[in-house]
Amino acid sequence: MTQAQLAQGTSPLLAVRDVSVVFGGIVALNGVSFDMHKGQILGLIGPNGAGKTTLFNCLSRLYQPSSGDILMEGASILTRPPHRIAEIGIGRTFQNVALFPNLSVMDNVRVGAHSKTSSDIISDSLRLAWVRRSETDVNKKVHEILAYLKLEDVAHTVVSGLPFGTQKRVELARALAADPKILLLDEPAGGLNHEEVYVLGDLIRRIRDDRHMTVLLVEHHMGLVMSIADHVVALNFGKKLAEGTPAQVQVDPDVIKAYLGSKDQ
Amino acid sequence: MSAVEEVVTEAAAVEAVPKRAMTLGTGTSLLVLAALIIMPIFVKNFIIFQMTMLLIYGLAVLALNILTGGSGQFSLGQSAFYAVGAYTTAVLMEHFDVNYALTLPIAGVVCFGFGFLFGQPALRLSGVYLALATFALATAMPQLLKLNFLEHWTGGVQGLVVTKPDAPFGLKMSQDMWLYYFSLVVVIGIYILAVNLLRSRSGRAFMAIRDNEIAASAMGVDVALYKTLAFGVSAAITGIAGSLGAIAVQFVAPDSYTITLAVSLFLGMVVGGVGWLPGSIVGAAFIIFVPNIAEGISKGLSGAVFGVLLFLVIYLVPHGARQVAILGQQLAGKLRKN
Repeated sequence: MTQAQLAQGTSPLLAVRDVSVVFGGIVALNGVSFDMHKGQILGLIGPNGAGKTTLFNCLSRLYQPSSGDILMEGASILTRPPHRIAEIGIGRTFQNVALFPNLSVMDNVRVGAHSKTSSDIISDSLRLAWVRRSETDVNKKVHEILAYLKLEDVAHTVVSGLPFGTQKRVELARALAADPKILLLDEPAGGLNHEEVYVLGDLIRRIRDDRHMTVLLVEHHMGLVMSIADHVVALNFGKKLAEGTPAQVQVDPDVIKAYLGSKDQ
Repeated sequence: MSAVEEVVTEAAAVEAVPKRAMTLGTGTSLLVLAALIIMPIFVKNFIIFQMTMLLIYGLAVLALNILTGGSGQFSLGQSAFYAVGAYTTAVLMEHFDVNYALTLPIAGVVCFGFGFLFGQPALRLSGVYLALATFALATAMPQLLKLNFLEHWTGGVQGLVVTKPDAPFGLKMSQDMWLYYFSLVVVIGIYILAVNLLRSRSGRAFMAIRDNEIAASAMGVDVALYKTLAFGVSAAITGIAGSLGAIAVQFVAPDSYTITLAVSLFLGMVVGGVGWLPGSIVGAAFIIFVPNIAEGISKGLSGAVFGVLLFLVIYLVPHGARQVAILGQQLAGKLRKN
């Protein structure tokens, strides 16, 4: 929590400003605003259909907000195409694991470094000296990340054959390969067992501390969010219900009502 | 951390499964290369000509393999790129007296541009719809080559006759043998470049798109750019194959480059193993020699016999030559252990 407290008062790393998303006649997000500060773990919670994933997809530019703005270090990201989001330091994982199933663990993570490197097909075909140097650097970086996430043993294994929990770590490794400033994690605990969830919580905190990242955690698993988040934003029906420390949000009457239903129901 | 360690040991067992390699080992590659170099010394000119065609079709199948096996895009229009390459060479050689060797890179560049441009509208299509669009390209190409206002250059329906080059530097070698070695050098050069490309950052981007476009885009891969680049590269290599084909056959005509050629190349890719580059030459051998074998079995029903042979191959080894290679590797491994 100390890092997050230090960061208070400075300008936000990522600012979500009045974002609304309308699909046909359905309002998926309605004027949502919040700030993310450097070094924070921000938990985004809400019941099914609350708009968590919609917001997440706005951040990775899969959806275009109908109004509002999203600012990364003060600059709007909404003019960027989806493939130019990684280069400004926003990395992500996917809800149901979206790896490249026919590639090895190593190659999956190497693709993660795509936005950090450059090449062209002619230099690549001829394996020119600068291409070889850049590949050596990438390989070094990838090995460091694989060691960090204890994936070295499976480095050359094709990912489709790996257990789900391992695939989730590969996806995390792939996101880390671009050295993102912000790591967007879409339900990282989904499909993990009780013990694995706590190992994951530990890992997310360690990544934040060791690699100086800011984490946006969209999560169903309340225990995980409440134990590792510095700051929690609760959504329901596309609107922000409450925002604050985990302790504050947990006792917020609106949040309790959204999760448990009101007394008269 | 016990859970993490548990997962790792569990996964280690998977490592025993053979990796999906794109290429052959160095030893096997050298063996195949030696066989390809020595072979022409012992056989007749007609066989040498057939082996040249094997290399040329192998190159065209390789090009399709980069597109489909690499970037996951289907094409039934490769005959169109092959035709553009062949005509580029024929027109340059016969109308402008350009040296045959020089026409190859020119054909490559022309076809790259053609493929890259065709890739733009094709971006909106995928899977079977893309296959249909490329099918239209293949169907249109022979007609385009017959157009009246192009007749002065293309020779219209009659086509163009291409002069076969003699061996240079006073080498005592038949034209066929020289062309075989010339093609071999070109094909090996392109094979090496293609392997380099698929193993590089660009190649990984192709394969990332093939496996998951949205994830590739989130990693910073410009999906549209790399898809059209894959089309361009594939078209360029197919065009160079077309150039070599025009020189080897000494003749280009619109009806040599119909949809049948495109389907044959597609077949060659499937038989060789999609995404496995060395399989390209096996696939080429299949599309050149198996129709002859089928004719040998039954003259009247050669098409049906070919169909049955093809069906047998698909049924027995659905992953093509790659599967045979993996089985062979495992067998060799077992023998070594005993």
